[in-house]
Amino acid sequence: MSAELVTVSYIGAIILFILTLGGLSHQETARKGNLYGMIGMTMAVLATIFGPQVTSNTHLIVIAMLVGGSVGITLAKKVEMTQMPELVAILHSLVGIAAVLVGYVNFMGGSGLTGIEKSIHEVEIYVGVLIGAITFSGSVIAFCKLSGKISGSPLMLPARHWLNLGLLISSIYFGYDFVHQGHVGGDQMIPLMIMTGIALLFGIHMVMAIGGADMPVVVSMLNSYSGWAASATGFMLSNDLLIVVGALVGSSGAILSFIMCRAMNRNFISVIAGGFGTGTGAVATGTVEDQGEVVSIETHEVASLLENAKEIMIIPGYGMAVAQAQHTVNEITKTLRDKKINVRFGIHPVAGRMPGHMNVLLAEAKVPYDIVFEMDEINDDFPTTDVSIIIGANDIVNPSAQDDPNSPIAGMPVLECWKGTTTIVLKRSMATGYAGVQNPLFFKENTRMYFGDAKETLDAVLKELQ
Amino acid sequence: MKIGVPNEVHTGEKRVATTPEVIKFLQKLGYTIAVESGAGAKANFSDESYRQSGAEIINNTKSLWESSNIILKVRAPELHPDLNIDESDLLKEGQTLISFIWPAQNESLIQKLAEKNINVLAMDSIPRISRAQKMDALSSMANIAGYRAVVEASYHFGRFFTGQITAAGKVPPAKVLVIGAGVAGLAAIAAANSLGAIVRSFDTRPEVKEQVESMGANFLLLDFEEDGSGAGGYAKTMSDEFIAAEMSLFAEQAKDVDIIITTALIPGKPAPKLITKDMVSSMKDGSVIVDLAAEQGGNCELTLPHDVNVTDNGVTIIGYSDLPSRLPTQSSQLYGTNLRHLLTDMTPEKDGQMIIDMEDEAIRGATVIKEGQITWPPPPPKLSATPAVKQAESVPVVTEEPKKPTLLRQSLPLIIGGLILYALGSVAPSSFMTHFTVFVLSCFIGYMVIWNVTASLHTPLMSVTNAVSSIIIIGALVQISSSDTLLAGLAAFGILITSINIAGGFAVTKRMLDMFRR
Repeated sequence: MSAELVTVSYIGAIILFILTLGGLSHQETARKGNLYGMIGMTMAVLATIFGPQVTSNTHLIVIAMLVGGSVGITLAKKVEMTQMPELVAILHSLVGIAAVLVGYVNFMGGSGLTGIEKSIHEVEIYVGVLIGAITFSGSVIAFCKLSGKISGSPLMLPARHWLNLGLLISSIYFGYDFVHQGHVGGDQMIPLMIMTGIALLFGIHMVMAIGGADMPVVVSMLNSYSGWAASATGFMLSNDLLIVVGALVGSSGAILSFIMCRAMNRNFISVIAGGFGTGTGAVATGTVEDQGEVVSIETHEVASLLENAKEIMIIPGYGMAVAQAQHTVNEITKTLRDKKINVRFGIHPVAGRMPGHMNVLLAEAKVPYDIVFEMDEINDDFPTTDVSIIIGANDIVNPSAQDDPNSPIAGMPVLECWKGTTTIVLKRSMATGYAGVQNPLFFKENTRMYFGDAKETLDAVLKELQ
Repeated sequence: MKIGVPNEVHTGEKRVATTPEVIKFLQKLGYTIAVESGAGAKANFSDESYRQSGAEIINNTKSLWESSNIILKVRAPELHPDLNIDESDLLKEGQTLISFIWPAQNESLIQKLAEKNINVLAMDSIPRISRAQKMDALSSMANIAGYRAVVEASYHFGRFFTGQITAAGKVPPAKVLVIGAGVAGLAAIAAANSLGAIVRSFDTRPEVKEQVESMGANFLLLDFEEDGSGAGGYAKTMSDEFIAAEMSLFAEQAKDVDIIITTALIPGKPAPKLITKDMVSSMKDGSVIVDLAAEQGGNCELTLPHDVNVTDNGVTIIGYSDLPSRLPTQSSQLYGTNLRHLLTDMTPEKDGQMIIDMEDEAIRGATVIKEGQITWPPPPPKLSATPAVKQAESVPVVTEEPKKPTLLRQSLPLIIGGLILYALGSVAPSSFMTHFTVFVLSCFIGYMVIWNVTASLHTPLMSVTNAVSSIIIIGALVQISSSDTLLAGLAAFGILITSINIAGGFAVTKRMLDMFRR
């Protein structure tokens, strides 16, 4: 296949990838979008393999792709939907390590360029490896945090901002050294390797400092990084396909992170800088006072409340994912809908541990997606709601975000379930949410607490309903 | 310990202090219960139903009072018409009486009870703190009174509450004004609203506006700034100017509305006169006023306490003071549950031994006599049910005008970005700039395409972009043909891991998308 034909295939692949992202914006077109992506990827890979740049070692390609492909498919088949955030994080790390590898191979293979072109090429390699290494170590830490292998609470090193700045400056310095050594014919490998170490450290420190509640932002941010890594690799290889696709992924990830931050009313920079809930200092001393007593409720009371309601809103949170209660939730929903009760779901943009986490879980349980609504769509309907059920959520239904200007979550948009007639909160205990803020909702007059594991308690309710 | 529930002797009182359902809970606390024969009859609880839930039925009034350690009643002790002795004389040393007492109005009764060397808990003195809401009998009775007020009004009102357009013509909805949005007022609003009336409400405490609106009524606002919130969640007396503004509002409303329900009470004071003679005479023929403050003198000047009267211009004024008793089954049930909650708190060991813990704020508030010592009035409550408006808010806050970003500040990043690009362009070779153009344009395409993504698809979007970003496999592919074994090996490894990502990413996205269904 000639170089021209390869380019044409690349153009086709680029268009298909754009259609993929476009298709994924809406439910109706999403499946088609995914298909476009697969076709685009196949086109690009085949064109490269049959193109002029691959001349030998084809057997290695076949073996590597077969092994890798089957591992990937097995992972995808086996993963629990509740573990999606972890899977996505660890997959990001693969892109990161690949960018590092490609950078090194490209560097060691030599370019044959001279002068300014050589310098630019070296900067490209350097940046590609840098972003790749950050993506890799950051994703690994994110994976560990999400899967509970290490604590989700933010690691607060003293003078962490200075540490970050120091790491940044030293990587710029080694970048200069790397290019300079190229001119004078010195050993470039040393600065490159030192920088890789620094970048790995930087990625670890960056994600360690981010609290569990901000994980959705981190995951989509790493997604963005993996795109930028691909783009940098594209520059290094003078490959427009990589540049374009990398930029697409990079900018889409960045926008997704931005949407997440807006949903939490947080500044993007402050999320990246890390340390949620500890930096503000004024953890509202006013809320510590006795807030009154919570009223708990029994299974049969929950069931009769649900049966006598006309409008029910279900607000799931991370607790539903932990308890794997989504199937029971669906059964309850079905039972109630058969009784002509209007059951709807209200999803907060940052419910769960990754963007859209709740939607995926509900979809897995076969909850019809047209009764699942975003916060902005249903927040005005709470005054006419008879019963709201909060399943393992806390900060996203905290009225102090609106009432208490001293609260660490002040200004964050929340689901206003307390405006309904009755709110039932399913919770294991009276512990606070990720933000570490007490929730006045639990003490409201029309709130009933239903303690226990979400799955067990909901199973009991379902039995009662049937 | 034994709990005794006697007949209520007050004329017209239909309530009873316990129900068969409550008895079951009381037994779990370790108590034995005796009920006087016929005590629940007027509230539709037969002796048989009490017996079935485990209570002993005692025919003789005196022996019931005699044999019980704790007496549960609704009304305060008064002259027993059949026995012709005062109920308080039936009490003996060491007994505990729990009922409505109204200690402020009944000082002589308190003195008399104290001489008996007994314990007395007044259900009307339960403090209004959040923790004690479950035993707040005033609230539960007020709730019933508010509901019943609407029922009484509709009984005397000659029209529908709801508006209808029928074949026989159009029916306008009734307009109801509820004055005072406490528990009773809110209950009245809810009841009138559910009958289909247009409901308006007024209260001197501006913080109840949200509650009023949540019940479906319009909150009438005065063009006047004064906060009527007193201690303990009750209202306080307002200034003269405020009252004048308020009265003109009522006068205006009186001409318009069909039904007025007044619930305005100020603790320890006679009810404020809000509806004057003139206002009543300006109302339409057939209008109804229900005065829930009748017992404290009434909010309307023409109210006859405990009675119904019709004015010359055909306005019915209802002054019943026994509205809860007119729904005896419901009010007995709620009152019994209030008592049960109180006894639960007073029986921490569930062993049938009642302890009057004066450290417990709720029990302390209710206890008016302990072992013959008058302990009323209690110290003021520490925490109000509705938090008092913070003092800080009245202090004028120095608001800093947010600095408007100057034009320079706004355009600075753009200028810097542009300069960097020009600096880059001056040194970079043309091949780089071509790639750079492509890069920048692609960022914009990504931005345009993603901006409108549905939130529910964020996870699939991320897994698909993850798969797509493994396009980096191309980088490994073009280097696999290196003659250097190490480099070829590294490239092969790169292909391996990106293949995991490609296959895994697309497969998991497909799996997720297949789950989304309508």
